[in-house]
Amino acid sequence: MSAAREEILGRVRAALAGDPAGEIAIARDYRTSPGLSGAGLVDRFAERAEAYKATVRRVDAAGATEAIRRLQGRFVVPADLAESWLPADFVRDDGNLDHRELDAVAGVVTNCALAIAETGTIVLDAGAEQGRRAITLLPDFHVCIVPADRIVASVPEAIRALRGSLPRPLTFMSGPSATSDIELNRVEGVHGPRRLEILIVGTA
Amino acid sequence: MASAAEPRTFPQLARRAVADTQLRRNIGNATQTIRTKRAAVVAEVPDWEELREAGRSLKEHTLRNLDRYLVQLEESVTKAGGQVHWARDGAEATRIVTDIAKRHSVKEVIKVKSITTEEIKLNEALEDAGIRPFETDLAELIIQLGDDVSSHILVPAIHRNRAEIRELFMRKLGLTELSDRPSDLTAAARSYLREKFLTVPMAVSGANFGICDTGTICVVESEGNGRMCLTLPKVLVSVMGIEKLVPTWEDMEVFLQLLPRSSTGERMNPYNSLWTGVTPGDGPQEFHLVLLDNRRTDVLADRTGRQTLNCIRCSACLNVCPVYARTGGHAYHSEYQGPIGAILTPQLHGMDAAASLPFASSLCGACYEVCPVKINIPEVLVHLRTRAVARSGPSLEKLAMGAAIRMFDNPGLLETAQKIARIAQRPFVSDGYITGGLGPVRQWTRARDLPAVPDQSFREWWRTRR
Repeated sequence: MSAAREEILGRVRAALAGDPAGEIAIARDYRTSPGLSGAGLVDRFAERAEAYKATVRRVDAAGATEAIRRLQGRFVVPADLAESWLPADFVRDDGNLDHRELDAVAGVVTNCALAIAETGTIVLDAGAEQGRRAITLLPDFHVCIVPADRIVASVPEAIRALRGSLPRPLTFMSGPSATSDIELNRVEGVHGPRRLEILIVGTA
Repeated sequence: MASAAEPRTFPQLARRAVADTQLRRNIGNATQTIRTKRAAVVAEVPDWEELREAGRSLKEHTLRNLDRYLVQLEESVTKAGGQVHWARDGAEATRIVTDIAKRHSVKEVIKVKSITTEEIKLNEALEDAGIRPFETDLAELIIQLGDDVSSHILVPAIHRNRAEIRELFMRKLGLTELSDRPSDLTAAARSYLREKFLTVPMAVSGANFGICDTGTICVVESEGNGRMCLTLPKVLVSVMGIEKLVPTWEDMEVFLQLLPRSSTGERMNPYNSLWTGVTPGDGPQEFHLVLLDNRRTDVLADRTGRQTLNCIRCSACLNVCPVYARTGGHAYHSEYQGPIGAILTPQLHGMDAAASLPFASSLCGACYEVCPVKINIPEVLVHLRTRAVARSGPSLEKLAMGAAIRMFDNPGLLETAQKIARIAQRPFVSDGYITGGLGPVRQWTRARDLPAVPDQSFREWWRTRR
């Protein structure tokens, strides 16, 4: 198909041929941080995540362990999830659970890469204690641990911090899945998890 | 496609649409709702104008160096284990996708909403090859099951109400019991598609952004059907217009703020997936990226029209447009509707296909104000009008305009014309306005006031004062 490649690049060059010389300057006068920190950051994240109909709980490490222990049903967890985050009934994903097995469990418990206060977003980067993408997608109920010190203020801060995660796949989640396709009524829970519970652990 | 007998031009289709009061109410309410949400979340952002300028300049910079960036993207995607294909037009792109499907002997593919694949009529091509495409976005499913066409870039089934959707699902999904509550209708779609997600081995997606320095592709969505398509099948093919590039990973910090707020009026949409080539043990193990030209290079060659390629398909311009709010999307007869459709369709599908679209606007400029990448849509509309008129053959209007130029150039001629007009207009004047008229005059006065020629012109009055 290299004929197509050469032709398209040729067309692009021809289209640009008459342009005036000189680069277009990229304007970067936007804020990179809304200037939140400490407790304000955690408050903002909790408030914004709840606005998307996620359940948000603020706990210490012991409280998180207890909350996860109390989960009902069998939960899938990443192979490397710490002992203290394990539910009573769990199955570790070592990559050979198939789609149907993942579809059948009650839920999933994972950690996260970071979270964004301004938008109430959690980011998974397939790194430590997060597992592969399918395990947080097929189960109906996602319990996500958000260590308070991983909350950043803004989208630019998150993007810059995530460069190091590449080339691993990234998933940004803001609340459970949703649609507004029928008469613009927002319905939570379409194809992705119908419930998202966020445990904010510790203080920033 | 419409047959020759069916109305095709915007005025014809719009006349039919505005007569449908239910449709006008649906579209009016919907656009009002999204408009209000967008305004609220944009007002929250103190540096919104700076972000818009960053978005515009990033897009313009990328387009001005598009050859270099395309080569860079190809390099980084290939290095990450993806395969890059180049498609000069829709036919070539659909051939690439169907060939991949045939090579894997798949009978079905799942699709995440992509207007680009609509533009190239991919579903028809797949069906012709004996492969069944399943649209997985709720609205796209409603459109596909109803053999319908999209009427909004973001909310394709905006013209359908819950009762119609309930009836459609019962008939097409073989359900005997179903309420018309949106939550129940959504649940019905979920269970229908679940099996497909778990079993279909190949997915086709569009792409919101292609990041050149890292080779990362980004898909922005809400329902999770995108994540399903991008994660579960063995083979993934993404079709992306060549204008969707962003230079570096860090540039996403601009677009991931501009797009969700402009589009759905949310601080962030529920899900963004960003993947780089192939990841062993996670997601599709074969990834193809199809770079589509399909006249985009023609748009690039037109220096006024070029800014159209800045578009990130947010649909904010549709929701503020007084014309779209009254006609709905079908009047635009295209997969791209509203103000952006009025400039994109003639440029991508050719002037012949859409010569009336650049005129489907009052040039009020609301679209330009809300555009997150500052496309001056009114400027491009006027530019395309000029092109449309230059292409059309001789006409009464052109003759009249030519005569008008001569008349206004010559004071004597003008006075004579005014004297004739005073007599000719008499039967049609009421209250100082011409309300009827003949031929083209009638077309004008049907929807607008035309002041009558006064009994005495300023020049005549001036002469009586001396």
